[in-house]
Amino acid sequence: MNIIGLYNYWIVVVLMLIGFYIVIAHENLIKKLVGLTIFQTSVFFLYISMGKVAGATAPILDENYQIYSNPLPHVLILTAIVVGIATTALGLALVVRIYEAYGSIEENDIQVQDTHDRLECQLEAYGRQKPPTLFDQETN
Amino acid sequence: MTAHFPILQVIIPLFAAPLCLFLRIPRLVGVFAIFVSAAAFLISYGLLQEVITHGTISYKLGGWPAPWGIEYRIDTLNSFLLLLVSGVSTVVLLASLSSISRELPQNRHTYFYTAYLLCLTGLLGILATADAFNVFVFLEISSLSSYTIIAIGTDRRALAASYQYLIMGTIGATFILIGVGLMYMMTGTLNMYDLAERLPAVYKSKTVLSAFGFFIVGVCLKLALFPLHLWLPNAYAYAPSITTAFLAATSTKVAVYVLIRYIFSVFGIEFVDMSLPLGDIFLILGLVGIFVASISATFQLNIKRLFAYSSVAQIGYIILGLAIETQLGITATLLHLFNHALMKAALFLAIGAVFYRIGSAQLNHYAGLGKKMPLTMAAIVAGGLSLIGVPLTVGFVSKWYLVVALLDKGWWPVAVLVLLSSLIAVIYVWRVVEWVYFTPPRIITEEVKEAPLSQLIPIWMLVLANIYFGVDTRLTVGVSKLAAQSLFGVNL
Repeated sequence: MNIIGLYNYWIVVVLMLIGFYIVIAHENLIKKLVGLTIFQTSVFFLYISMGKVAGATAPILDENYQIYSNPLPHVLILTAIVVGIATTALGLALVVRIYEAYGSIEENDIQVQDTHDRLECQLEAYGRQKPPTLFDQETN
Repeated sequence: MTAHFPILQVIIPLFAAPLCLFLRIPRLVGVFAIFVSAAAFLISYGLLQEVITHGTISYKLGGWPAPWGIEYRIDTLNSFLLLLVSGVSTVVLLASLSSISRELPQNRHTYFYTAYLLCLTGLLGILATADAFNVFVFLEISSLSSYTIIAIGTDRRALAASYQYLIMGTIGATFILIGVGLMYMMTGTLNMYDLAERLPAVYKSKTVLSAFGFFIVGVCLKLALFPLHLWLPNAYAYAPSITTAFLAATSTKVAVYVLIRYIFSVFGIEFVDMSLPLGDIFLILGLVGIFVASISATFQLNIKRLFAYSSVAQIGYIILGLAIETQLGITATLLHLFNHALMKAALFLAIGAVFYRIGSAQLNHYAGLGKKMPLTMAAIVAGGLSLIGVPLTVGFVSKWYLVVALLDKGWWPVAVLVLLSSLIAVIYVWRVVEWVYFTPPRIITEEVKEAPLSQLIPIWMLVLANIYFGVDTRLTVGVSKLAAQSLFGVNL
């Protein structure tokens, strides 16, 4: 029926899943942020297309038009876009500092270094190398 | 003046945060932040009194009536939590002056207080507002600033932890945004009480159901419910001590508030029962969370990580109270929210005081501290006893109400499991005690002395509050019961 008619929602869902997949599947911290941004952008589309009223025009008062689109979702999403930019900026700033501290932005390298640190701490505490337990792995 | 209390609460820290940047002198900024937080505390105390005597306060921002403008609505539930958040924040800030100067480079102090006050703004805003979209905005204000205050320290692991929290937190917040969007789509309103009136007409719609699903998952990410808790242990363990004390006591609690508010005041408990077996899901995740996180805690060497896992377990108890879906259950949930905030703030501040003296949070470095820092260690033990739920502490009060609520519902096997899980808490608290009191000193030298008064006073204020509210439960139990009644009153 109106599978084509709802194409805006299809775009939202596809973009959302692409973004989500990148966040989960990629090791590189920058690529994760790219995925996160795509994920957030899909929600912006959801809101913006929600405000569309069939046959309506932009919400600027004019005597030639009677029906206007709903401006509220657009205003809301302006706020969300600002939030999204702040999140990306903060994320990138963190990645810069992670690179300075670890010398890598690959998640795996960082985990290896952290695990190494933790094992050294355990060695110091218990005097012997304790094999990582089930619960140590669970947090990695 | 008093008429504007609901908004002043949020506005004062919001405006104070950029002012910190102008003050520049670190000590001055710290004292300023204490005054700001204390002002918020006094206002929330005034609000609680007002709400108890005169009932719910509704405040219209800019004078615009509710469905068009943003409404702030203060009832028993959120005034109770406003008091908790601003109170804990003030006490934690008292200890921050010395702790921060030890843990952060001089040039970051001003930024720390700025981000801290923004975080406080966000948390108070979430509690005060009655607008669904406003919740999202304040949630992001508090989240972004908490990523900052976690990563601001010198430990590099905090950076990775903060990044992980940022990714998971943003996914959670975006889910909440989707939920709010879908609700708006169906009802055309964003005001919570307007939503509650218009949602029943579209209960059967799949859009509302998916709105609910997105919303619950998003909030559960924020409150670190068991399988979604992965960001929490590292973020708490490697952040500066003051950050940990503040966030552990407040941020997950505020997320639980959002969950309660939406389940009871927006969607309504009948819709929840009809659409999702949420009680069963919460029951299972809560119980599994309690056991897995408690057992994980017993394996931790870093004491902050140990108590961070214990926090995940306590979230399990809080969610268990929700799963019961009775007035008694909600009372237990609210009590545990309040009580757990007191315990964890005291514990993490005490750990911060130890860090101030020995520069480490490793349990093996605590060996022999029992003699060197007796008052701080006594505070840790008192906090630990409260976590276990020993009588005369707040932990006992909330576990008691939880078990009573479970028995009242007839779920005695769950009650038995709750009591068993307390025994695991005994194990991890005992591990701390063993290192502190019964192991010969390792790195502790003669110079190590008791924590400075500026930290001891806030720590013991919280410990005494732990004991006081464990004996005199009139305020906490009374207000929790009132709040639970009003939650059910709206929908029955």
